Amino acid sequence: MKLIFEKHREGSLGVSIPVSDVPLSKPLDAQYRRVNQGDLPCVSELDVVRHYTNLSRLNFSVDTNFYPLGSCTMKYNPKFTERIAALDGFASIHPLLPQLMGGGMLAQGSLEVLYETEKLLNEITGMRAFTMQPLAGAHGELTGVMLIAAFHKANGCRRKYVIIPDSSHGTNPASAAIAGYQVIVIPTDAEGSMDLQEFKKHLNTDVAAVMLTCPDTLGIFNPRIKEIADMAHAVGALMYYDGANLNGMLGKCRPGDIGFDVVHINLHKTFGTPHGGGGPGAGPVGVNEKLIEFLPIPRVIRRTDGTFALDYHRAKSIGYIAPFYGNFGVILRAFAYMLLLGKDGLIQAGEYAVLNANYCRVKLQEYYDLPYPRICKHECVFSASRQMKNGVHALDVAKYLIDKGYHPPTIYFPLIVKEALMIEPTETESKETLDAFIETMIEIARLAQENPQAVTQAPVTMPVKRLDETKAAREPNLRWKK
Amino acid sequence: MSYSALTKQDIQEMLRAIGVSSVEELFNDIPQALRPRSFNIPAGKSEFEITEYLKRLASKNAVNLVNFVGAGFYDHFIPAAVDAIAGRSEFYTAYTPYQPECSQGWLQAIYEYQSIICELTGLDVSNASLYDGGTALYEAAMMAVRFTGRKKIIMDSGISLIYRTMLYTYTSNLSIDFVEISVVHGQSAREELLKHLDDKTAAVITQNPNFFGAVDDHSDVVAKAHAVGALAIQSVYPLALGILKSPGEMGFDIAVGEGQSLGIPLSFGGPYLGFMAVKKELIRQMPGRIVGATTDKDGKRGFVLTLQTREQHIRREKATSNICSNEALCALRATVYVSLMGRDGFKELAELNYQKAEFAKDVLSRIPGVTVKRSSPTFNEFTVMLPSSADDIVYRMIDKGFACGFPLGRFYKGMDKYLLIAVTEKRTKEEILTMSDSLEASL
Amino acid sequence: MNVPQNLLYTKEHEWVRIEGKIAYIGITEYAQSSLGDITFVDLPKKGAVVEQFKFCATVESVKAASDVYAPLSGTVTSINEELSAHPELVNHSPYEQGYFCVIEIKDASEKTKLLNADAYRTYIEGLAA
Repeated sequence: MKLIFEKHREGSLGVSIPVSDVPLSKPLDAQYRRVNQGDLPCVSELDVVRHYTNLSRLNFSVDTNFYPLGSCTMKYNPKFTERIAALDGFASIHPLLPQLMGGGMLAQGSLEVLYETEKLLNEITGMRAFTMQPLAGAHGELTGVMLIAAFHKANGCRRKYVIIPDSSHGTNPASAAIAGYQVIVIPTDAEGSMDLQEFKKHLNTDVAAVMLTCPDTLGIFNPRIKEIADMAHAVGALMYYDGANLNGMLGKCRPGDIGFDVVHINLHKTFGTPHGGGGPGAGPVGVNEKLIEFLPIPRVIRRTDGTFALDYHRAKSIGYIAPFYGNFGVILRAFAYMLLLGKDGLIQAGEYAVLNANYCRVKLQEYYDLPYPRICKHECVFSASRQMKNGVHALDVAKYLIDKGYHPPTIYFPLIVKEALMIEPTETESKETLDAFIETMIEIARLAQENPQAVTQAPVTMPVKRLDETKAAREPNLRWKK
Repeated sequence: MSYSALTKQDIQEMLRAIGVSSVEELFNDIPQALRPRSFNIPAGKSEFEITEYLKRLASKNAVNLVNFVGAGFYDHFIPAAVDAIAGRSEFYTAYTPYQPECSQGWLQAIYEYQSIICELTGLDVSNASLYDGGTALYEAAMMAVRFTGRKKIIMDSGISLIYRTMLYTYTSNLSIDFVEISVVHGQSAREELLKHLDDKTAAVITQNPNFFGAVDDHSDVVAKAHAVGALAIQSVYPLALGILKSPGEMGFDIAVGEGQSLGIPLSFGGPYLGFMAVKKELIRQMPGRIVGATTDKDGKRGFVLTLQTREQHIRREKATSNICSNEALCALRATVYVSLMGRDGFKELAELNYQKAEFAKDVLSRIPGVTVKRSSPTFNEFTVMLPSSADDIVYRMIDKGFACGFPLGRFYKGMDKYLLIAVTEKRTKEEILTMSDSLEASL
Repeated sequence: MNVPQNLLYTKEHEWVRIEGKIAYIGITEYAQSSLGDITFVDLPKKGAVVEQFKFCATVESVKAASDVYAPLSGTVTSINEELSAHPELVNHSPYEQGYFCVIEIKDASEKTKLLNADAYRTYIEGLAA
């Protein structure tokens, strides 16, 4: 498709700017003005709308395709939450209103949403308090690690290391490093969990925190997780819970009860808010008793008269990590989602997510290598190493699935599984959908033996065939230019 | 209700296939001792009931105030076509375009977004978006630290206090030396700023227009920065770039900013849009996703995520940033917004903002006791000095239906009598005149 | 697998060609073929001091970034400018046109810690098995 810039027609207007109703003032001095106006496209409204409508149709999305992208929890995004987020009373409120004198009363509705969402998240995770400010999961990780640093600093020690298993999301080591820590990577044992012997070897009073994902990125619940938490606490390290995989634990196990001190949640994963083509997300961070005083400012509080207010007077707070109160529009959608599901719905979401993942696991284990063959939680990780012997890689499996109308699973992650295919069906998919997907996966396994070319040629039904990523990286073309 | 599509019969068949007798058995690996001590969540409700409840909450917010509060976040009109496109679920229910062949729509839209940000800022390369203007500023500062191997950052106090505070929070465990340049008459003290620029400086950061709305040309600051081997970073208000000299024209190495003004609702603080554009020498220091154009095996143009070795999923603890999710949907809104405006409309809109604010300055300057600060030109926001506490006056104006501005004493010591007033294209002549009358009566 | 006799090697798959007081440094055939299409090489700056077996450069393919370690200690006297526009030279000619940089050798005795061609060939054959 042409670029919007290539649809430029000199003189076209996509919008009518209001005619000025004020007398003309002296224009801004030339020294402050741009000379080069920039080549923004001039296109009619219909042409803009048609352009982006047509672009939208070139995407796979949850609403159009099964999207079992592991670790991303691509569940259905209820439509009513979109309507609620668009309500003028929420969408048009300036974030500085509550900072005007008496202004808290101007945003009571929004403050109540934040307050009540925090209460729900506390109960779901077993934590004592949440900051709603982090703007995405990784942003939550950074916030969490900064809270841990503040805690150790307040206790008069400056610890150097953060321990992270090699199966972790890349954001974990990146967040720890950016916050100023050195990362110690612990390998995974034969059972698919962090190697305890190695862990013990590295655990000492210089360790600030242990960052774990639970269930881990293999979809496995580590039964010795409490033991790990106890060992970490014994040397004064804190436990960080990466909540990317919380969906498979809903109502069955709470990080707070295990002994985690800090938790981040990806609202766009567990609580059904749209992934938006890459964002916005929201990554609220929950803490236990030890860390409450360090939470970012402001905190939403409830006064004795039942009204809500913002509290800025927190001497030990790490400060501002977002300009305001978080991605409010995302938090609001998650709040509506939690209210609709309620206790039983949330438990059911977790149960069916796990049921669907295990169904895929048993139905496919005959056809693909399953490096850790045991009951999984929200996702299962296969390896295409058997297919690879015939020249069919995980990438090829993914591309063939695209031709069949499926968004591929996550591939080549976690890094510890060769040719990984990470399947997370989520609870909102029907058995019919899973069965059809399983059929296709079996067909690919068969083709890999009988006619590998049929798989490695894919995709052939999309607007483009396989793209030259080497060329893209060697000769970066990152923008249109006249 | 969990939006599940499984029937009882499905569940039985699936359990049989798995070889367990109940769903609960799938959780046997979670020890009893680790089961929830409580899970007191209210029972679920219907879509109708929740919608009514949340409508009630929405109505508790002051939605009808005539808004003159800006301070970096502005009440601009959003054309319906922006909502229509961003509301297409083929866009909003997709995720990061890891698989390019089935994500060409998103990838092309982001490539167009990157191109628009480059055109607006006058710089070479843009990434696919960051969380917000504050985190973008932080990422830019860290890029400069990495690129120069130096640790001193000079910041103009005309940069939003919110952003400066965020920068301090993020770097509290890193040894970065910050120097803040004081503000005199609404502009940074230029001599002081130039004096601090030395061969230990990683970057100098300015904001245009600055927090007080003042517009400036920082070309001299950039020249001095380059002379000492430092990078120059500017935080900008993108809508103002319809008329203001671009960061590229001033020679800046990095431009960042808050993209909320480009078709994104205020929504009580987010989601917003952090944008970043840089000179091409800095590409490999950039954080976040980047989309590039390439060809498929038939030679047809297509788009992919590229230069990914900078990112956390490959480089892990050595990545340029920990960012993973970004603000793609907000970037799409900005792309559609700017495409609708077009080059000519965008400029006209910026002029209109400027004109409305100039008119408001004239009107307000006629109120006895009110002084409009005119030491610098401004774009669509400006400072006035009131005869008494701005906080109190703003409070009184709320009852009259106006959020008449942001009291600067909240962020700056000794500025209790100052009010920061934003006037966008949405404010009519009549609203400006009525606000002025009410203000006069409230003094 | 091409393993020239006149070079010395590391177990991290770097090679060094000693020419009097200076040495050419690069990565081996084995390294480039396991990395795949190389898209970018981040070289040390001219004048930089590198230490034996310590990080000195990065080499990137589309989906991977690998650190390169200096086979000998010394000071970088020149770098292969061609690689910035043509990183594929590392794939096509790892031992000649695809060299990374030239250093002035600090301590010639360090070469005893390197592998000769036969030892390196045996080493990579062991990796393949």
